[in-house]
Amino acid sequence: MNSPVRPAPLLTEDNHQFWVAAREHRLVAQQCDSCNELRHPPRPMCPHCGSLAHSSATLSGRGTVYSYSLLHHPQHPAFTYPVVAAIIDLDEGLRFVSNVVDCDPHSVTIGMAVTVRFEPTAGDGVVPVFAPAPKTGSQG
Amino acid sequence: MRPGLGGSTVIVGAGQTEFSKNAGRTETQLATESITAALADAGLKPGDVDGLVSYTIDPVEETELTRAIGFQQLNWSSRVPYGGGGSQGVLLHAAAAVASGAADVVVAYRACRSRSGNRFGRAQVASSTSTGHAGTTATQWCMPYGVLTPASWMALNGMRYMHTYGVTSRDFGRAVVQLRDYAATNPNAHFFGKPITLDDHQASRWIAEPVLHLFDCCQETDGAVALIVTTAERASEFAQPVTIAAAGQAAIFEEEIATNHYRPDLSRMDGAISMGKRIFDDFGIRRDDIDVAMIYDAFTPVLFMQLEGLGFCAPGEAAAFIADGNLGPSGALPTNTNGGLIGEGYIHGLNLTLEAVRQCRGTAVNQIDGARTALVSASRTGVILQRHEG
Repeated sequence: MNSPVRPAPLLTEDNHQFWVAAREHRLVAQQCDSCNELRHPPRPMCPHCGSLAHSSATLSGRGTVYSYSLLHHPQHPAFTYPVVAAIIDLDEGLRFVSNVVDCDPHSVTIGMAVTVRFEPTAGDGVVPVFAPAPKTGSQG
Repeated sequence: MRPGLGGSTVIVGAGQTEFSKNAGRTETQLATESITAALADAGLKPGDVDGLVSYTIDPVEETELTRAIGFQQLNWSSRVPYGGGGSQGVLLHAAAAVASGAADVVVAYRACRSRSGNRFGRAQVASSTSTGHAGTTATQWCMPYGVLTPASWMALNGMRYMHTYGVTSRDFGRAVVQLRDYAATNPNAHFFGKPITLDDHQASRWIAEPVLHLFDCCQETDGAVALIVTTAERASEFAQPVTIAAAGQAAIFEEEIATNHYRPDLSRMDGAISMGKRIFDDFGIRRDDIDVAMIYDAFTPVLFMQLEGLGFCAPGEAAAFIADGNLGPSGALPTNTNGGLIGEGYIHGLNLTLEAVRQCRGTAVNQIDGARTALVSASRTGVILQRHEG
């Protein structure tokens, strides 16, 4: 299949942990080594305690759609339209701009439960995206 | 505490080029033409100017502009970040420079070729994590997802706003109809002579469903605007001074500019709430002192959210406020009387300031009777202008 391929993310010293983890299919956020606060987007210093020391925390990948919009115009060859732009509130309390995939764009709603999955980009990159969460069955 | 610069400076000159879709000349030339018009309006010469301020993302270089216009010595110069949200910051910078004595006569300008040149609304993947010193790097978290344009970034906030308060696209459309009515009688406007109905608004194509139709989006415009600021002590030397009664900025923690996706509640503009407190409460000006308002309407939802954030209506009540006709010429808050960025054109917000100057002078094409005090809000920066009382 010859579907459009997303552009590669741009890596810097501040953000590379996020994108390196995504290549390993892990959704991570910076976590302060001093006060343990999680933060996203990445930044060099903890705004809560001023520490420069931080690590990557692997996140649950579970969240809900905080907001979304179906993008129709203008169109870029790297994407399939309408693009489902979304803001995801992760269960850990962090927020990510992403896409909702694997569903009819018009079925997306605010409050919809979603889980992370991963899609390739140009240049061997990977981005975390979100799909409707599997319906919880009797197994709990 | 009341900031010291309230009322201590005046706008004494205002100029513009024509607004178009293809100026056919450089931003530097557009800037020189608008500044020359503003100097003529003020009765000043290039050699009288000793300060210069624009936006960080304005493409005109200071030395080239100086070389073209013939400024002789700039004692002070500055740039303001935050894109159009920072548009009124050029007046804050100019007023602060003049009030402090760092400069005596400051030119504030913005020159764009945002249609024929580097289009604001195009779908382009960033080649850098920085966005041309707009004051943010957050677009890097949108680009891999195809969220590439200001409309796409701001639709996400608009959708949350619609969800929280039950606001509909038809509610947005009623505001656009009013803006287009103002533009229809403004010969300077892109949509001069082209009013629309609510059905026209609803029939315009989706840009970002279900938030933004095409007619909810501001123009991409070529053109330039320039304003000249000096001390209030010199006001009597000029024909039509307008007082800068208040100027402020509120750039708050975790609030982005167009990519504002990280504040806890995106159905409100926290920065506009803080900026309103700054320019009204800190300067001792009441909201009901405002006779006419210019509110940054890059996209219709941000007009609604600023009306609420600034305190002109309660959260969720902008739709009813607008449906009652309050933005119209006989309403409680005549707003964007030039047609706004949606109807007149988009000189990145500085054409709103120009319209406020004209309203205070009594020379606007859609002049509001008795207008004395005008607000200009770009959400995180704003000014309050007043007719100068000699």
